Amino acid sequence: MAKLNHPANLKYSKTDEWVRVDGDEATVGITDYAQDQLGDIVYIELPWNASQSVSAEEKFGDIESVKATSELVSPVSGSITKVNENLKDTPELINDSPYEQGWMFVVKLSDPAELDHLMNATDYLAYLEGR
Amino acid sequence: MRSVESLIFEKGAPGRRAATMTAMDVPAASLESMVPPSMLRKEPAPLPEVSEIEIVRHYTHLSQRNFGVDTGFYPLGSCTMKYNPKINEDMAVLPGFARIHPLQPDSTVQGAIQLVYELEHYLSEISGMTRVTLQPSAGAHGELTGLMLIKAYHEHNGQGHRNIVLIPDNAHGTNPASATLADYRSVEVKSDPQTGGIDMAHLKALLDANAANIAAIMMTNPNTLGLFDSKVAEIATLVHEVGGQLYYDGANANAVLGITRPGDMGFDVVHFNLHKTCSTPHGGGGPGAGPIGVKEHLVPFLPGPMPAQNEQGYFWEDVGPLSIGKMRANKGNFGVLVRAYTYIRTYGPDGLLHVSQSAILNANYLKHALASDYEIAYPQTCQHEFVATAERQKEEHDVTALDIAKRLLDFGMYAPTIYFPLIVHEAMMIEPTETETRETLDYFVGVMRQIAGEARTNPEIVKTAPHTTPVGRLDQALAARKPNLRWTQGQEGTH
Repeated sequence: MAKLNHPANLKYSKTDEWVRVDGDEATVGITDYAQDQLGDIVYIELPWNASQSVSAEEKFGDIESVKATSELVSPVSGSITKVNENLKDTPELINDSPYEQGWMFVVKLSDPAELDHLMNATDYLAYLEGR
Repeated sequence: MRSVESLIFEKGAPGRRAATMTAMDVPAASLESMVPPSMLRKEPAPLPEVSEIEIVRHYTHLSQRNFGVDTGFYPLGSCTMKYNPKINEDMAVLPGFARIHPLQPDSTVQGAIQLVYELEHYLSEISGMTRVTLQPSAGAHGELTGLMLIKAYHEHNGQGHRNIVLIPDNAHGTNPASATLADYRSVEVKSDPQTGGIDMAHLKALLDANAANIAAIMMTNPNTLGLFDSKVAEIATLVHEVGGQLYYDGANANAVLGITRPGDMGFDVVHFNLHKTCSTPHGGGGPGAGPIGVKEHLVPFLPGPMPAQNEQGYFWEDVGPLSIGKMRANKGNFGVLVRAYTYIRTYGPDGLLHVSQSAILNANYLKHALASDYEIAYPQTCQHEFVATAERQKEEHDVTALDIAKRLLDFGMYAPTIYFPLIVHEAMMIEPTETETRETLDYFVGVMRQIAGEARTNPEIVKTAPHTTPVGRLDQALAARKPNLRWTQGQEGTH
């Protein structure tokens, strides 16, 4: 896990999504660990039409790599305000830059208290070690 | 290394022909006089223009590129790439089997119906089920059939609201796919990291929380870790107690022939992969056969017609009003059934037991021999397959399961199944099957040890493999992201 990067300013879910909180909005993506495990990502299905809502611990999309297809599970609830359209044609951005160019969507949080259920970077690393 | 074979469209020259037609001895009629203008091509079809020897060499070269169990070792886990005995082919081409029509009168195809009738009984006996339909065309088609039978059964009993199928996290991907196709919701059951079997606490919690809505559980036993779940009888009791049915994925049946039976473990529905367990041809997308066996209470729902016998002989019997209907035109992939029948008759009960025993012995031999160089995901005694990993190689030398799989190709062997099951990192699922000799197994072990050595001393040779195949490492990510599926005239060869 040494070379993988899990920034301290993010929150993490057990299903390997990260959340960056900014006021009442949050940006969501998958962690460096997740992209490393998946390998080369070749396709992603997101709620492309903004204004859809997502719920915590519910599926919001699918991600496909050369190894496997996995469900994407939202760490928070709310309505989507922005989706990263670049991922449609260049899903490899998630491999190259999981926290910056590989972000998936921005959501207006409907229940900010849900953030308390997520892990900080230290806890997430400990969680990964235990896997 | 041999050069890349060009496409047949890239060969030849304008006007070249493989055959010359004799002069016409009837008056010529123009195309325009026979075909409406809207249906005529504006320009000629770009067909290959090649001589006969070019055609023969082209397809002979392509056939030489084929890799199969007839050319080398093929340890593709959970696929049971066992040798297909040639006697199967001899039987399948007998005129009485090969030159008949599915709609011929029963009286003219007595032998064929008898074969299907007897095969059904053999499979019932092997699996411990009451009856077996031979209609489904493949394993996944059998899964769908089995789930439709379970659904029809629940609906008949006023339990049509049951909508959940429990599926372990190490199941074949076809299980959740089939559940979805049958309009069920699949819910994952965790496996126990110690035993590799189902996590009983998690199963009980799921059964408690969803008791009224459990339609079935789908299990593979031994599972995809190659481990027999010894809790299966208890699982059967628990699932039956809440009104659910037990579905047995027969993909790994090569480990249980003559040793135990899904019916005795408590399963209600079983599928066979005849192309795995019963040595019928494998791959190329078919034709396959995925017969479904059921217990007594599900028999009324089976697709029909079913083979039957009375004092006049053998005949196709229509099924009753509760049947889910035909799953396939006619009587199934008959040619495949002939091969499976031949296999079962060739071995007989004692021989089939020996098949499974040898498959288990071979897998354990390999597992033991590889344990010095590779991590073994679950070190306990395995069944017909096991999961080794490249965790050590990845951690220490950045050499992955994919690299090792590619490097194996350089030694004239196919690779194990990699990155499956998903719960094991850097998984390499190895299934040698019963048909391999000690020499072949030792050769494989020697090569795997050599590759582990290369990972330490010369990782580049592994990471850039294969080196001796007609084409080297392909960019599978690019191929998946930007698939180029169609050749167009004038296109540069993009090999």
